[in-house]
Amino acid sequence: MNKPAAAFCRLKQKPANLPGLFAVFKAALGREWRMQVRRRGDLVNPLVFFALVVVLFPLGISPTEDILAPVAPGVLWVAALLATLMSLDALFRPDLLDGSLEQQLVTGYPLAPLALAKLGVHWLLSSLPLILLSPFLGIMLYLPWEAQGVMMLALLLGSLALSLVGAIGAALTAGVGKSGVLMTLLVLPFYIPVLIFGTGAMQAAISGGSAMAHLSLLGALAALAITLAPWAIAAGLKIAVSGE
Amino acid sequence: MSIAPSPPSILSVRQLSCERDERLLFSGLDFDLYPGELLQLEGPNGVGKTSLMRLLAGFLPASGGRIYWQGKPVEGCWEEMHQALLFIGHLAGIKAELTPLENLHWFAALEGGQEEEDLEEALSRVGLAGFEDQPCQQLSAGQKRRVALARLLFTRRSLWLLDEPFTALDKQGVAAMEHLLVEHAQAGGTVILTSHHALEQLTGLRKIHLGAPQAGVKEAIHE
Repeated sequence: MNKPAAAFCRLKQKPANLPGLFAVFKAALGREWRMQVRRRGDLVNPLVFFALVVVLFPLGISPTEDILAPVAPGVLWVAALLATLMSLDALFRPDLLDGSLEQQLVTGYPLAPLALAKLGVHWLLSSLPLILLSPFLGIMLYLPWEAQGVMMLALLLGSLALSLVGAIGAALTAGVGKSGVLMTLLVLPFYIPVLIFGTGAMQAAISGGSAMAHLSLLGALAALAITLAPWAIAAGLKIAVSGE
Repeated sequence: MSIAPSPPSILSVRQLSCERDERLLFSGLDFDLYPGELLQLEGPNGVGKTSLMRLLAGFLPASGGRIYWQGKPVEGCWEEMHQALLFIGHLAGIKAELTPLENLHWFAALEGGQEEEDLEEALSRVGLAGFEDQPCQQLSAGQKRRVALARLLFTRRSLWLLDEPFTALDKQGVAAMEHLLVEHAQAGGTVILTSHHALEQLTGLRKIHLGAPQAGVKEAIHE
C-alpha cells in the first residue's frame, strides 16, 4: 500500500477513436445514476415532504369527504410541485463546488446533453417515486377512483415540465449560495400553467368529463420543455461557472 | 497590432486583457505556445494567473484581445480545442460519492475508454493502490488531488492546463509530477501551469511573469 509514489510514468498510449455523443451520453447516465443513488437523503426528503403535507392537511381542516374531495386535486398538485422544487434546489450546486461542473464544460462535448442526462436520472429517482406514491395519498383525500389514472398521467407529464423548468432556475442560481428563495421566485411563475392544467385535468376526470384537453396541453408543455430547457440549463451553468 | 499567429503554434494569445469586478488584472498579453513547451505563469497572488487559466479554458470571456487555437480564432472552435485540452483547476473535479476508479472511468469514457486494468495501474502509480474502491470522501486532500492527477497518466489529450497542480501533494509527489510534465513535453505535448513551487527539475521551462497591471508583461526563458 505504501509504494513510493516516485513514478508517475505515463501508461502506454493505445490509439482510440473519440467516442460519439451518444456513447458519452450513456456514460454520463451511468455516472449520474451511481452518484445520485448514493445521495439517498436528498432523494427521500422531497418524498417525505410530499407525503407529510397530504397527511397533515386533513388533520388541519376536517377529515370528512365533503370537504376533502373538492380540494384533493389542488392539495396533491401543490404538494407535488413544491416537493419537485425542493428536490431541484441542490441539483447543480455540489457540482459547482467540487469543480466537476468546470470539467463538464471542457469535455469537448456540448453541455446540454450532459445536463439532460443528470436531469433524466434525477427525474427517474425523485419524480417517478412521487408519481407512484400519489394514488395512496389520493385515497386519503377521497379522490374518486376514476381520477386516479388521470392524476398519475397528469403528474407524469407535468413533472417533466416542472423538473426541466426548475432546473433552469437551479442552474442560474447554483453560484448564489443558499438560493432557495431566489430560485423559487424565478421559477414559480413558469410553474403556474402546469398547476392550472394539472388540476384542471383532475377536476375534469372527477366531474366525469374528458381530461384530454388538459392532458394534451400538459404534454405540449413537457415537449416544449424537453426541447428547449437543456440549452437554457447549459447557458445557466456557463454563467454560474464564469461567476466563480 | 493583432497579427494572426503563424500556423505551427497550437495556442496563441494576442493583446489579451482581463478585467474582473472593474479591476484590470492584466492587459496586452501576447504569447505563442508550440508543441513540446512547458509554460509556467508566475506572479504574486491576485495578479490574474487563475483568471488567465480560466480564460484559456473558456470559462471567462476576455475583456479584450483574442485567443487562437492552431491559428484559428478560438471562438469558432471551442469544442475542437476542448477535445485536445485537459484542465485541472483549484477544484479537483473529483466526485466524493464515487470511488477513484469510477471517477477515472468517466474521464476515460470521454476519450474513448480505457481497460479497467489500465485505470487501476494508473491509480497505483500515483500511490493509490488499495484505495480503488473506497468512496473519495474518505480520502485526504492530497489523495483526492492524486486521483485528479492520475488522469494525466492515460489521457490522450495534448494541451494540459494545470492550475496549482502541486497543492496538497507531498515532496515525492511534486518530484514525480515534474517528471511527468517533462515526459509529456518530450512526447510533443504542451503544458501551461501555475505554481509557487521552485520547479528546479523542469528543464526548458518557459516563464511568463504577470506583473503589475500597468507594467505589462515580462517574459523570460529559464534554462
